Amino acid sequence: MSITTFKELQEICLKENKKIYEVMMSSEAESGENSEYHTRLQAARSLLAMKSAIESGLNSKEPSISGMSGADCAKLQESFKKNQSLYPPFLQKIMTYALATSEENVRMGTIVACPTAGSCGIVPSVIISYGQDYKISNDEQVNALITAGVIGKIVALKLPLAGAVGGCQAECGVASAMASAALTQMRGGNIEQILNAVGLALKNILGLTCDPVCGLVEIPCIKRNAFMAIHAVTASELAIANIVSVIPTDEIVDTMVQTAQLMSPLLKESAKGGLAKTKTAIELEKSSFGN
Amino acid sequence: MSNPTIIDIISPVMAGPSSSHTAGAVRLGLLARNVYNSKFDKVSFKLYNSYAQTGKGHGTDKGLLAGLLGFGVDDKRIKNIFDTPEAKNIKYEFEFLEDFNRHPNAVDFIFDGDLHFEISGNSIGAGEIELTKINGFQTKLDGKYNTLLLIYEDKPGVISFVTKIIQENKVNIASLYCNRNAKGKDASMSICMDGELFEDQIEKIQELDDIYVIRYIKKLES
Repeated sequence: MSITTFKELQEICLKENKKIYEVMMSSEAESGENSEYHTRLQAARSLLAMKSAIESGLNSKEPSISGMSGADCAKLQESFKKNQSLYPPFLQKIMTYALATSEENVRMGTIVACPTAGSCGIVPSVIISYGQDYKISNDEQVNALITAGVIGKIVALKLPLAGAVGGCQAECGVASAMASAALTQMRGGNIEQILNAVGLALKNILGLTCDPVCGLVEIPCIKRNAFMAIHAVTASELAIANIVSVIPTDEIVDTMVQTAQLMSPLLKESAKGGLAKTKTAIELEKSSFGN
Repeated sequence: MSNPTIIDIISPVMAGPSSSHTAGAVRLGLLARNVYNSKFDKVSFKLYNSYAQTGKGHGTDKGLLAGLLGFGVDDKRIKNIFDTPEAKNIKYEFEFLEDFNRHPNAVDFIFDGDLHFEISGNSIGAGEIELTKINGFQTKLDGKYNTLLLIYEDKPGVISFVTKIIQENKVNIASLYCNRNAKGKDASMSICMDGELFEDQIEKIQELDDIYVIRYIKKLES
């Protein structure tokens, strides 16, 4: 039987005493979609590519094709060395890795669309930072990435993960929920806590617009990746404290779908409204490579 | 991607910055290459609407050319494709156009070489693509299945002749799409298969009279 809601997922996990990634992998294998071997292999490949994107991004200041971005990760690393940060090293690392990956993306570097290219910095920054700082095995990181994939998949069954359909709630918003699930699982959270982390993260990104300047995945996308990565940690902290999402996660997904339908097309990746039509954005459009 | 799998969500590994405008562009190029499947000296690209307006900033032009030259979506050379020996070996040009009748992310490939070919396609989101027209014929190709494409003179019996050969090979047909310009004139057929066809079966189909174009288009690996 295919699993289409978070409620079903939770019931099967509890009944069979299995983890999210185990349950969904065997469900996909049974329905003839992908074997468990195949899913694990791709997850391991993706994780490796994520690590190498971070590595490249940390060491580059190369501008994007448009020239509008590319130097912020270097600035942030410099600041963490020079100024006293309010964040502990683990959170500094997450922000840095998120920017490293997103900047690597806009300079046409190799990244993993997870779930999309515009939101590519969020899931890797959280999984890999936690993996490094808390000595999590590569296998467990792969399991966490698969769980992140399961969360994205269940949302995507109702709402396509594309800014043009769902606004940024469907890209960086969902990425943040995926990352919070992965993190909560690596911390030893139970199924209720993991799905509460998802619900709490998603509730907080409802209505997020997709209005990129010049129609390019740069402003505000790159910095949003850093914000949303930290957002995932906050959701996980709340969930580990057994703070619950009063609205069940499936109902929040339904709300995202409704919100996406109510949002004007001008705010869904068309670059015809919002930040994309500010005075400064229009000037950038005239001067940059975008046009 | 109406029924996504876990893998769809946590992949592909790709050259940035956009799944529709970069990875989708590479995949359109790759599929057009599989359709043309012959040597070409020159190719013209026509980019429409969002592909035209934000194409340069997203590297859509680079992606289309890279795919056409056979590079996968994660190839590190995409970024500098114009400087590669492969690109320097052929002539290419880009036109950036607006046409509200076309999809927001539409492209035409016009090949000149062993054959003259015109192929149109769209990038429909999340790296998913479709080829919609080949030499004026409507088609539906998404690169997910090995596909047999035929352009032939419309007459009775062609579809059963071809599907019989496929069936003899115990290959399951996933979908069949037919289209014709007018009764008794040119027609096209694309057959998506779960398995593979081999050289001798394709030769057998080729023996049929009045087949203008026959292409066995491999599914995309990238």
